[in-house]
This record gives sequence, structure tokens and C-alpha cells, in this order.
Amino acid sequence: MKTLTAALLAGLFIAQLAAGIGPVHAAEGAGPPKHNWPFSGVFGRFDRAAMQRGLQVYREVCSACHGLKYIAFRNLEALGYGEEEIKAMAAEYTIADGPNDDGDMFERPGRPSDYFPSPFANDKAAAAANNGAAPPDLSLMAKARPGGPDQIRALMLGYEDPPAGVEAMEGLHFNIYFPGNQIAMAAPLSEGAVEYADGTEATVEQMATDVANFLMWTAEPYLEERHSMGIKVILFLLVFTGILYAAKRKVWSDLH
Amino acid sequence: MSGLKTNNAVIRWIEYRLPIFSFLDHAVGSQYPTPRNLNYWWNYGSLAGLALVIMILTGIMLAMQYTPHVTLAFDSVERIMRDVNSGWLLRYIHMNGGSIFFVTVYIHLFRGLYYGSYKAPRELLWMIGVALLLLMMATAFMGYVLPWGQMSFWAATVITNLFSAVPLIGESIVTWLWGGFAVGNPTLNRFYALHYLLPFVIVGVVVLHIWALHRFGSNNPLGIDADGPQDKIPFHPYYTAKDAFGVGVFLLVLSAIVFFAPNSLGEADNYIPANPLSTPAHIVPEWYFLPYYAILRAIPDKLLGVIAMFGSILILFVLPWIDRSPVRSAKFRPIYKQFFWIFLADCILLGYIGAKPPEGMFLIVGRVATAYYFLHFVIIFVLSYVERPRPLPNSISEAVLKGGGATAAAKAREKA
Amino acid sequence: MAHSASPPHSDDGETRRDFLYLAAAGFGAIGTAAVIWPLINSMNPSAEVLALSSTEVDLEPLEEGQRITVVWRGKPIFVDRRTQKTIDDARAVPLADLPDPQSDEERVKKAEWLVMIGICTHLGCIPKGQVAGDPVGEFGGWFCPCHGSHYDTAGRIRKGPAPKNLFIPPYEFATDTSIVIG
Repeated sequence: MKTLTAALLAGLFIAQLAAGIGPVHAAEGAGPPKHNWPFSGVFGRFDRAAMQRGLQVYREVCSACHGLKYIAFRNLEALGYGEEEIKAMAAEYTIADGPNDDGDMFERPGRPSDYFPSPFANDKAAAAANNGAAPPDLSLMAKARPGGPDQIRALMLGYEDPPAGVEAMEGLHFNIYFPGNQIAMAAPLSEGAVEYADGTEATVEQMATDVANFLMWTAEPYLEERHSMGIKVILFLLVFTGILYAAKRKVWSDLH
Repeated sequence: MSGLKTNNAVIRWIEYRLPIFSFLDHAVGSQYPTPRNLNYWWNYGSLAGLALVIMILTGIMLAMQYTPHVTLAFDSVERIMRDVNSGWLLRYIHMNGGSIFFVTVYIHLFRGLYYGSYKAPRELLWMIGVALLLLMMATAFMGYVLPWGQMSFWAATVITNLFSAVPLIGESIVTWLWGGFAVGNPTLNRFYALHYLLPFVIVGVVVLHIWALHRFGSNNPLGIDADGPQDKIPFHPYYTAKDAFGVGVFLLVLSAIVFFAPNSLGEADNYIPANPLSTPAHIVPEWYFLPYYAILRAIPDKLLGVIAMFGSILILFVLPWIDRSPVRSAKFRPIYKQFFWIFLADCILLGYIGAKPPEGMFLIVGRVATAYYFLHFVIIFVLSYVERPRPLPNSISEAVLKGGGATAAAKAREKA
Repeated sequence: MAHSASPPHSDDGETRRDFLYLAAAGFGAIGTAAVIWPLINSMNPSAEVLALSSTEVDLEPLEEGQRITVVWRGKPIFVDRRTQKTIDDARAVPLADLPDPQSDEERVKKAEWLVMIGICTHLGCIPKGQVAGDPVGEFGGWFCPCHGSHYDTAGRIRKGPAPKNLFIPPYEFATDTSIVIG
């Protein structure tokens, strides 16, 4: 009985942590609405079509200011692109390399083994070009903010007129989901900003959802392997633990 | 000869030259008598040992891929997550294994509090255990700094700054700890070296812990000495089988977290590279430090806050001399039992408060909870003199084998 | 939590009990192996190392008789654009003269281009001969200064302690004027 109570308490504890009720920060901006992501849940998988659209949004809108330094072009194979497509995509980018045999740095077209180049040479250049606030790299954004992909999507959709009596400060914009409500980034998405390769209508909500799907992958590329391995491991352990319990009862049977 | 019975010639050859098999047999085998009535709360010691092994194995594999330099650390961890074969798995196991290790050890500790395992003649065993807790905390603290995220950097800054509270030499101590004038590369590098070292120190102290344990054997839920042979059973196969089952459950819990909620116990801010020029809105330590953090912030004075925080753990060292009741187990101490549960609730409350900003209602509750934490020890000191315990059974075997008979016999004795 | 009653002490019970323990031990062994494998495999080359495991070399800039060194998987690769004379010399050598018999044809895909790993097969030094003015040994190829191994114009060992000819890396002609190594 006590063991059961303890197990229940432990389970509750873990569950509430997983639900994110744990270390909660004081209310800053509204909590993002929860979207039904294809990758959530025990059997969650990525939606490749959405991720490809999200990549397009990143390349055509976000990459003007935001880097994606932990993603190499070769990683895009996971989105369903073939070797030739990746080589072609990489070659569209100019990568700094060197020094060459003359001792000079030079530029060359990208290769699959290269990483997405950042739009700015360094953080200070990024800040200087953006009113003192450097646009953060997006590779880990889905894990680096409470609310993860929900927060990213909500942020894109959260640009509204400030309520009566509230004014956006100089150089800042009102966003209902940004902590403190004043964000340096102007609304990046607008209706039809991108013409999707697969023909999907590019509403702001569609682009926000797609880019959040994509950024979840950039932050957690092994999510699918993790889930599928997890199912196998837990099934194995359930059987194994069952056998061990039976063995324990057998061993103890001559005492009971 | 060692008394080990075997027909295996190879075993006999080794045993003659290095009696390791009989040693193991006497340590955890068929020649180690253990009380027959241990319940599942006694599984957590071996689980803590398993957690230590898991942390060391994953830690060594991670250490092969990690770079302890401020410009490279964060990137090297991302490389582990993305490029190293099974790197993400190693990292998530290590990260969440640390949390599971603390869960296990806290349960193990509270088991000791409930059943009086810290009482004579096991005082030194208990103190070695508290020393292990301190070593674990130091190791975990330094480990958390290594990924060099925002929380890594700022937690390091806050906690090392605490030492400046020491009168006269405080500032020098902090500069010495940092190896500079702020948390920086020298700090990271030395934390890496020490984080690799301390787990092996822990292994050594665990050996002392088990050695001290084997001097008198395990306590048991009744808290009375296991006297005759009928009170005990051989550790193998009974407790090896029971511990193996416990391992299965432990691995299930660890796997559920690692595979389906690997970031649930962590802080999002630590996925942001450390920025010495930008403090996060809320600096929060890992969950297993939250109660001590709450105590630290509850006291308005810096030095007293530090003293209270360390004091909350150091007081555990002298617990055997605070609780002077000759009765070990809370089973027979109905008043102590109530205060035990209140104390546990207080610790959980302190943990909850530690994650909240220290203002308003949170601060008030935190102060009350902190005061009560120390009050608890005063209470149990007084209690050890005034409490009238329930009558103890005659022996373990009597209590276990005859079921209700033992209590009846005890009642009869009481009347007489 | 009902379980089967007291264990049978018959032989049947013995077998059932043993089967249980066998099953437990078996699962334990499988589980242990399944856990150990990722730990060991994590030491194998990681994805970004494997991504750099091929190197493309543009042969266009090389003139006849010119040698260049490129790097592949951290190793030096000798690329030699051979003149007809050096090719003929290499092919005129009788196999019986060679400590490690190998015909010139076996060592090249196109006779004009000799591509070899520039590591002496004796104890691993890098032989001289790539740069004008370097000693090339008695056979017109390469000379290893460490212990005096002489390689001919096909990179084969002729004299000295090296046991094998300079190794040929795996490579393919991507176009007529470029190769991909690895």
C-alpha cells in the first residue's frame, strides 16, 4: 500500500514536471495556445511536407537576420531531399574558407558538409544592424524558450495593436505572447510573403505553423529515433521487469 | 581455505590466489545474512549504486567528446547531440540520470529518517551518507556548468558569489574559486577536471559506506536488532532477486523520462549560450537544489542565508545526537511519525518555493517553511524524551512469522 | 495481485523455476548488450567526420610532370601527372625485380594520373619527391629520408626497408579532369 502511494506520488511529481508546471516563471505575456503538433506524443513523427515549407519560410524570410548555425546542408536529407537537391541548395550559398596557399581567406560555393552561414559576421555586427538587439540563432529556439514550438507559432501570430493606453516603445513592437509584450522584431510574416513550392496557400498561420514544425526539427533532429527507440526499450523493460518480478516471487516463495 | 564450495577448477585456482569469490559471497552473496523483513524502501541503496555506475559510464563517453573551453563548450555539446553516434542518448541519459540519482538518494535518506537507520550503532554509516550527499551536490553543481548555457553560467556566478559572505577572506576565496575576476574559462576548465574526479571520490566513499553498513548489517522496518539466525536470510538469492526487480522498475522510470520527456526537468534558458552581459529574468538551480535555494533566499542577511543553507544539510550530520529516542522505527513512534510526514511536506514545500521569485506570498511562505525546517529538529529532540513509544515486538522472526501473535504477546507483557 | 500458489517441488517445478531464471538472465544479457553497443559506437566516427570522408580534387591545373599533395581523411595524397617517359619506365620494370610485385597498370586508372597515399609503408614518414629539388631516390620516384626507402615512378618499393608499395586510396574519376577520393 505504501509502495503504491509512493509510486503514485512519484508519478504525479514527474507528470506535473513534464506538463511544465514545475519551475514556472512569473506571468510574462500570455501563455501560448497549444497546437496539435504531428511530432508530439509517444508516437509523434515529423511532418516532412510541413518542414520543407518551414525551411522555405526560413530561407526566404528569417535568414535575412537569423542564423541556423547548427544545421549543415547534409542534415536536410532528413526532410526528404535527395543528394543532388542538397548539393544544389548548398551551392546557392557563399561560404567563407581559407587561408589558401597564398595565405588569403576566400569565398566559395557551399558544399553539403557546410553549415548554414549566419547573415552577420558576428554578434556585435548583428546587434549593431538591429538597434542593439542581436537576432538570436534559430537552431535551438524550439528548446530555448518555455512553450517551445507553441511559443514560436504564437509569437508569429501575436502581433496585434496594443490595447488602449498602452504604447509600443521606440523601436519596439507590441506582441501579446512576447514576455514584457515589447519585441524588437517587427512582424516578419505577412499574407503571401512566401510562394510555397508545393502550392499550399501561404497564410500567416500556415507559415507560422510550418516554420515552427521546421524549427522543432532543427532543435531536436533525433526526435523520431528517440520515440521509436523509447517504445522498444519500454516494451522490453516491461517484459523484463515482469520476468524479474515473477523470479523474485519464486525465490521468496519458500519463505512466505 | 576460504570455504567456498565449487567444482569449477578455474574458480578454485583464482580463489586460492585471490579470494575474491568468497569475498563477494560474504559481501553480497549467500554468506551475507540480512534481516528477513526488509520492505521495498530498502531497494533504494542498490539503486543509488546503479545510478552512480550509469552516471560514470555515460559521463566517460561524453567526456571523450566534450571540450571544456568557453568558446567551444556549448558547440561541443550540440555536436554530441547531433553528430556523435547515439550522442543524444548519452547526453539525455546523463542529464536525467543525475535527476534520478537525486530522487533515489532523497528517498534513501528519508527511509533512514523514518526507520531510525541513523541511530546507534549506525551513526558513522549515516554520516558517511551525508558526506556522499554533499559530494553528489558538488559534482552535480559543477556538471551543470559544463554545457555553458545561460543557466550554467549564472548559477555558477550566483553560487560561487555566496562565498564572498565569508568574513574577511570571502572575496579572496571567490577570486580563487573563479581563477579570475568573474566566472570564466579558468572556472570552466577546473570545474571539468573536478567534475571528472569527484565521482571516483564518491565511489571510494561508497566503499566506506558499504563497509560501515556490513559492520552491523542493515536496519529493518521494525527497527529492532536482528538477533538470531531465524531473523535473517542470505542476501543471495533473496535480496539479489528483489534488487533486480527494483532495477527493472528504476530503468522503466528512467527510460520514460529519457525517451519521452528528456527536457521536462531542465530549464529552457540553458539552450541559450552563456552571455556574461545578460542575466536571465529568473535564475533557477536544478530541482534537487531548490529546497536549499529557498532557505538561502528566505534569510534577508547574506551571510546568515549562506549559513542557514549549508546548515540545513550539516545539521543532518548530528541527527543521531539530536534524536535520542532509543526506539528506531517510526512504526512504534506514533508522534514522531506525524512529524516525519510534516517534515517531508515542508521539504517539498521549500522545493516549490525555491522555483518561485522571492517576493510577496512566496517569500512569506518560504520564511515560515525555513523556520519550520530547523524547528523540526528541536521538536524531535524534545520528542525523544517525552514520547511514549508503542511496545516493540520480541524479535523480527516472531513479528514476521506469527503475524498478529507478536502484538498480542506484547500486549500481554505490557499488562503484566 | 494474485499469483500462483506455493511452488511445486516436482521436477516439473524445478524446470519451470529454472526457465524463469534462465529467461531473466537471458533478458539481462540482451539488455546489457543493447546498452553497451551505443556506448561503444559513440566512439566510431561521428556524422560530421563522415561528411568529410570524401575529397574532390580538380586535376585541371596540373601540368605534365607536376606533382601536388592534397589531404584526404587527414592523410597526404600524392597526385602525379606523369610524362609518357615515366609511364614507360614504370611499365618496363620486370615484376621479379619488385619486392612487392605489382604492375603499373594495376596501380592506376588512367596511366597519366598516379594517385597514392603519401605515407611510407615502413614506419609512416612522408616520402620526399613532391617538391622540385626534393631527393627522389635511385628510381626516379620518391625517397623516404627516415630509413632510406626508394620508390619508383609507379610508387613501388624498390630498395630499402619498406615492405609494400605506396598504397592506392579508393578514388573515381568524376569527370575527365577531376577525381573524388573516398
